[in-house]
Amino acid sequence: MSKIGVFIETADQKIKKSVLGIIFAASRGGDVVGFVLDGLASKYKKSLEEYGVTELVNLTASGIEFSKYPEAAGEALAQGVKAFGVAALLGVSSPIGNDLLARTAIALKAPLALDCMDVDFTDNSVKKSHFSGKAIATIEMTASPFVCGIRPNSFDAVQKPVTCNLIDHNLTVSTEGAITITSVDKKGSGQKDLTEANVIITGGRPIGSSENFALLEDCAKILDAAVGASRAAVDSGYAPHSMQVGQTGKIVSPKLYIGCGLSGSVQHFAGMKTSKVIVAINTDKDAPIFSKSDYGIIGDLFEVVPALTKALQK
Amino acid sequence: MRIYVCVKHVPDTAANINIVNDTGYDRQVKYVANPYDEYGVEEAVTLVEKAGEGEVIAVCVGNETSANTLKSVMAMGVHRSILVKTDEQFSSSALIAKALAKVIEEDGSGDLIFMGKQSVDSEGMQTPYRLGAELNLPVVTGVVNFSLEGSKTIVQREIDGGARESLSMGTPCIIGATKGLNEPRFPKLPAILKAKKKEIKIIEISSLEIVDDAGCRLKKLEPVKERSNARILEGTTEDIVNSLVKILREEEKVI
Repeated sequence: MSKIGVFIETADQKIKKSVLGIIFAASRGGDVVGFVLDGLASKYKKSLEEYGVTELVNLTASGIEFSKYPEAAGEALAQGVKAFGVAALLGVSSPIGNDLLARTAIALKAPLALDCMDVDFTDNSVKKSHFSGKAIATIEMTASPFVCGIRPNSFDAVQKPVTCNLIDHNLTVSTEGAITITSVDKKGSGQKDLTEANVIITGGRPIGSSENFALLEDCAKILDAAVGASRAAVDSGYAPHSMQVGQTGKIVSPKLYIGCGLSGSVQHFAGMKTSKVIVAINTDKDAPIFSKSDYGIIGDLFEVVPALTKALQK
Repeated sequence: MRIYVCVKHVPDTAANINIVNDTGYDRQVKYVANPYDEYGVEEAVTLVEKAGEGEVIAVCVGNETSANTLKSVMAMGVHRSILVKTDEQFSSSALIAKALAKVIEEDGSGDLIFMGKQSVDSEGMQTPYRLGAELNLPVVTGVVNFSLEGSKTIVQREIDGGARESLSMGTPCIIGATKGLNEPRFPKLPAILKAKKKEIKIIEISSLEIVDDAGCRLKKLEPVKERSNARILEGTTEDIVNSLVKILREEEKVI
């Protein structure tokens, strides 16, 4: 049976939630080999074996902190792919995931597809968006191994308990003259991560001010949702760009997307149309968003959202 | 200072895409410069303007109508352009990177190379990395802030949850630009007229003698099924939100 590798992306010593769905995706192609870069594989072993990871590789390089050297991290994953003979390496298409998967593919001279919605190991093909979500491309990976980043929330996590073998793999990489991450500014952070969220509630320009986003925050707290903003709201200065959903912002794929005061532009839908259920709230019954959503509420977000928050508390 | 900017001629994001023959699309749509590339163009032009000397050269791999995209970035201040001509609708990122690398090397070396972090047509997100491998230069993409400090290039990129990382690398290097880096200018008429007289050197891709070793191929292109009209919930605000909560919990089971 062939082996499929998964880059176990972590943040603050925790496995990113969407990694678990990707482990399921990988398990359809063979035994799953997890690769950990932060040196803490033993800490993650227990939760990963619940989801079917049969080998967990702790990649280390004589004390080099991979989180500071993206090129060395990519090289380490590439060496892991070769040493463990995996037929493909999958990972989360997050900012860090995309960067490291791209560097890994380059180091391996391997084909790469990022932001995929599906991967099929019977013919080694992937499905991904083209033209801002207006088309789906099926791309056949003709060389092996290949590298594939998967859009968060494309696969649900499925429990599949196995016994996991923990392996320490020390390798040699150079950081001489390398790109170096010198600092991380978390000032703008503290928001719930949009791309990982199961539920997202987004405000458009009619929200009117940054203070009014509190209305969405109240509703989001009950739903354990992340709060997003449209480009119009960001360009009006009501929200930071890190909250923007759409073509030039975040690409999200939650189970539930609630759009408040959004017109429904092609560019916005490019960033959220793969959501499972879309609910639109808008005062204008002719807004294009109503023709592209699952449920519509014709009404003022300043009335509907507080009422929804109240109804959810029941 | 000599800066190269790589640009792609792409269908406007608002254009309707009609798929033909399984792996192609009808090209009779409005084309624009790839929006992410425009952030790179703006940064390059501003740097040369501030330095008071230098040249910005645009390089594009595309069909002959790509000249329109090159004219539009020359109207933004790019000095001259090179078009690598191909009639392929979807060239692989690997082939495009090889073509860009070859013409940049033949034209002369650059102090910096800017491009968008991805194109809005095939959304590959990997050409900057592949170009970096071809030219043996460091690459960072998703860049929202750029500065030069001595021999180092300092950039910032956004990571999860709104946090930003600062990265330091050697110069020359390749920057994959994204929204937030700057506000691309809208050229005024004199600049547009002046751009028409600027040079576009055309090179046939076949003359570059490069081979596509991408290791992948487009097998099929399908339109995405759009949702049909939303089910509009009616009644008083209270009725509406109560029925929505019930639907989301019991029918859709998403909360």
